[in-house]
Amino acid sequence: MSIFHPKGNWYRPPTGAERLWVGLALAWCLVMSITMPWWHFQGKQNAPQTTYEVDPSAFIQRVNQFVETNRVGEINNVPIVEPEPGGDAYLLGQMWQWYPVLKLKKNQTYRIHVSSADLQHGLSILPINMNIHVLPGYDYVMEITPTTAGEFSLICNEFCGIGHHRMTGKIIVEET
Amino acid sequence: MSTETVKAAAHRVCETTGLSIFLKAQFFVKINAVLAVIFLLVGGIAALLLALTRWSNVMLLNDIWYYRMITLHGVNMLVFWIIFFEMAILYFASTTLLNTKMFSKKLAHVSLALMVAGAVVTNYIILKGQADVMLTSYPPLEAHPLFYLGIILFAVGALLVAFNFFATLYIAKKNKTYEGSMPLVTFGAATAAIIAVVALLHGAAALVPTFFWSMGWMEMMDPGVYRLLWWGLGHHSQQINVAAMVSVWYFVATISTGAKPLNETVCRGAFILYILFINLAAAHHLLVDPGLSSEWKIWNTSYAMYLAVLASMIHGYTVPASMEVAMRRKGYNKGIFGWFAKLPWKDPGFSAVALSAIIFGFIGGITGVTLGTEQINIMAHNTLRIPGHFHATVVGGTTLAFMGLCYYLVPLIFQKDFYMKKLARIQPWLFGGGIVLMSFGMSFAGTYGVPRRTYDSDFGGAILETGFDPIAHIFLGLLGVGGVIAFVGLLLFLVLIVTAVFFGPSIKGQKMPTWQSAREQKMTDDLISIGYEEEGKDYHIKTPGTIVLVLIFLLSFAIYYFANWAALADLWHIR
Ligand code: HEM
Ligand SMILES: [Cu+2]
Ligand SMILES: [Cu+2]
Repeated sequence: MSIFHPKGNWYRPPTGAERLWVGLALAWCLVMSITMPWWHFQGKQNAPQTTYEVDPSAFIQRVNQFVETNRVGEINNVPIVEPEPGGDAYLLGQMWQWYPVLKLKKNQTYRIHVSSADLQHGLSILPINMNIHVLPGYDYVMEITPTTAGEFSLICNEFCGIGHHRMTGKIIVEET
Repeated sequence: MSTETVKAAAHRVCETTGLSIFLKAQFFVKINAVLAVIFLLVGGIAALLLALTRWSNVMLLNDIWYYRMITLHGVNMLVFWIIFFEMAILYFASTTLLNTKMFSKKLAHVSLALMVAGAVVTNYIILKGQADVMLTSYPPLEAHPLFYLGIILFAVGALLVAFNFFATLYIAKKNKTYEGSMPLVTFGAATAAIIAVVALLHGAAALVPTFFWSMGWMEMMDPGVYRLLWWGLGHHSQQINVAAMVSVWYFVATISTGAKPLNETVCRGAFILYILFINLAAAHHLLVDPGLSSEWKIWNTSYAMYLAVLASMIHGYTVPASMEVAMRRKGYNKGIFGWFAKLPWKDPGFSAVALSAIIFGFIGGITGVTLGTEQINIMAHNTLRIPGHFHATVVGGTTLAFMGLCYYLVPLIFQKDFYMKKLARIQPWLFGGGIVLMSFGMSFAGTYGVPRRTYDSDFGGAILETGFDPIAHIFLGLLGVGGVIAFVGLLLFLVLIVTAVFFGPSIKGQKMPTWQSAREQKMTDDLISIGYEEEGKDYHIKTPGTIVLVLIFLLSFAIYYFANWAALADLWHIR
């Protein structure tokens, strides 16, 4: 009885159906433990690994320089910036927008540096629904290859003050 | 004669279970349970307002109050309701089940005062509008110092209760108030208490420096380090909740059906897995964070989480299997599931616990493990899929199990009977059903990327417009409807408990009124009374029904898990 202390020596290995289930459950846990590292090597979608320490003001400077050199237009006063395929791009999360708008080419790989100027933010690319966490002081490098073309929205999904639900941005992916 | 009266005053014998209930400890069981229920009401009112705000056609609150209410809801539910109730469980499991008085009444008073002060201060500062930082209070977001101080006071109080618990275990052992090993329910409670100590130490490491920072005495803690430490609190706390919930499952299974654990070794071993392998599973909250290597993330999720998952899967078998054996011994042998239909569904304590196990396993567990996979987390982090998952664990699982326990706590500890028993019978279904609907609404809206903690799912007024598919809004409607139903279930629970505790007919000196027929109750009583004598017997009874149930579970798990990998393969390439 679970509410009374068991009598005598209660040590007994599992038997019968119970043993079968413990074995099955353990096997399933092993399958899951193997799938994760397997995908790490074989899969195309993995959490970005590269991070550099960066002072928010230094990061803002790099973003501004990136915008100046690669600017190709603007939309609602937000610059549209087209980085070199294979090259570095910058994305700044700040209260309350993602800056600037990035213009990418389909099936080209970019190193997008993401960081925050102020609070924590959550970068969410929609509608494909890809999400990473953004911290001030951390330059998080996503090596990303858009495999579909079109216009993608960025939103913020970590609470960052009263304007949080107005924090958006954009990525435009062109066919090649 | 004189020693007899002294003893008689210190404890009473429960007419239903024959266990000794120590009056001082009983006071702390009662007061902690009552406080828990008060904070459940506060959190519940916030819950209704939140559900009616995320329902995008309603959007009841304005933005400021939405963020304030989400902070209020998270803190009152996940911290105050759950932990006050767990304190009641610790007092109960260490005294009554071990047949001992508590270690220190003074200490219990001090911890109670600290916890109440902490909870009141925190609520005050949130409602005053100076702590709109969510439960997690991630820096650089900054709250009024009283917010951190309130939570620290509360946590210190809880730590002292855990200390009192361990000291009570110690004096029981020393005074030999029981022979052999402690009962399984106490063992589970001890598991919860051990994890609580680890959790609270992490919490102190995150919140004490943050409190100093808010006072201007220290630099701000690095936001990444804060997250690591904070989730050492936040994640471990969920393991406390799981351990406490499973203990409640075992307790109610015994008392409502006469079930006894098939194999103490297996059940206890599973609890030990929780303690050993939970340590670093906090990683699954940081899977898409910068600054941590993939090796670290993968190792900590798979080593620490999967063996804890194994533990839950074991309990998920042993609890229903023990009930199946009990039912078959009562003669309900028809087919594979004949016993299942004959379970005491009319007993709200039982049905709450049964629903808790089903919701926790089938929805909470499967989604949790899947979303906690490093790569799959890319599709889930901070979307509504996350609250969709944890409302099936900590609400449909833990909260519902605790509600179920209350249907026993009121007659056994408060010695009061319920009014409106018909309504009591539907209460677990209403609450559990509402939570399931809400959890589905959240989870499916989340697959469209609808964010959590976000007032306006249409991002009205943003510089660059965006929005969601109309179907996502239908799921937000489901969230709203489910939330309202769950709130009605919660309110009904509170009404039933309050009317019984404060105005209910006294049942002092009587057995607890049964929810079942007299014949059923007699069979359950017989099993309970012979169970202790029969320790180690009746393993020949097969459990085909439970085997089928757990196989269905495993199949659902595998389908959901691999479907998520398949969906992941469609995303842009990222590394
Ligand atoms: C009637 C029952 C309940 C309803 C209708 C409800 C509803 C909600 C809603 C709508 C949200 C907001 C999701 C968002 O916008 O991000 C939420 C958040 C949350 N709920 Fe509940 N809830 C209920 C019960 C509970 C209980 C009993 C607990 C804990 C034991 C709980 C824990 C939480 C937590 C931790 C959050 C996240 C807060 C945050 O993001 O900081 N809820 N709930
Ligand atoms: Cu935000
Ligand atoms: Cu966790």
